[in-house]
Amino acid sequence: MPLNKDFEGREFPPNDPYTVTAESIREFADAIGDPNPAYRGENAIAPPTYQTKLNFLYGPAMLADPDLGLNYAMVVHGDQEYTYVRPIRAGDALVGKPRIAQIFAKGRNEFLVTEASIETTDGEKIGVARSTIVSRGTAPQEG
Amino acid sequence: MTAKVRSADVAEGEELKAWQYRVTREDLVAYANASGDQNPIHQNEDFAKQVGLPDVISHGMLTMARIGQYVTDWAGDPASVRRLKTRFTQMVVVPKDTGNTVTVTGKVTKKDGNRVTLELAASVGDTNVGAAEAEVELA
Repeated sequence: MPLNKDFEGREFPPNDPYTVTAESIREFADAIGDPNPAYRGENAIAPPTYQTKLNFLYGPAMLADPDLGLNYAMVVHGDQEYTYVRPIRAGDALVGKPRIAQIFAKGRNEFLVTEASIETTDGEKIGVARSTIVSRGTAPQEG
Repeated sequence: MTAKVRSADVAEGEELKAWQYRVTREDLVAYANASGDQNPIHQNEDFAKQVGLPDVISHGMLTMARIGQYVTDWAGDPASVRRLKTRFTQMVVVPKDTGNTVTVTGKVTKKDGNRVTLELAASVGDTNVGAAEAEVELA
């Protein structure tokens, strides 16, 4: 079933603040196999893609809305872009403020572009996460 | 910690040394737990095949994380990364027993003051699986 184009441009509420711990940074670095010492210890900074964790906090409210019509089993990741004002650090309390920027069809697939401003709870801007996900085979079929 | 590479030592067109990493089913479970992406297409072979995939596939974001590591290992200071983008061009299939090997390559495509743009590619054999771009602010 095709995605609901009415969702284009829609903003969604931020996630509950997520407090970054040195432990969670180390765990993430371990999981991606990156031994960089910058990701270890009390004053750790996070690897560039650590932000992905936030995706799964602010994302569901947007992507799991039944009216959007997204079947998660048919989804693959098209692209991801992160821009950074500064690295995420242990102690940051973060929110993502998401919106659906674009929905379009190409061939049999549909593309859903989301954008989220990543900020601390004090309003300091950390960066922007922009993501394209592909809904395989759900494009409206012509005639 | 300051950047390891100084912008004065970097030239447009310069190629970075290629790097390889292995990805196994165990890595996908660890990444699922650390990232929060528990989509079963990255862990459950039967489920992956039911939804039309050839096998369990890697999280695209794990590929991007390893590309990020390639960039930060080159630059020295992870805080120097200003932008990282990856287009997932093909799936990285992760067979149960053998896993898979991904090769990452990169090239300096632009230098604007201390801001350096890298073009990066991840591939499995001859197949490109990720086309990436990074901007780093060097010392």
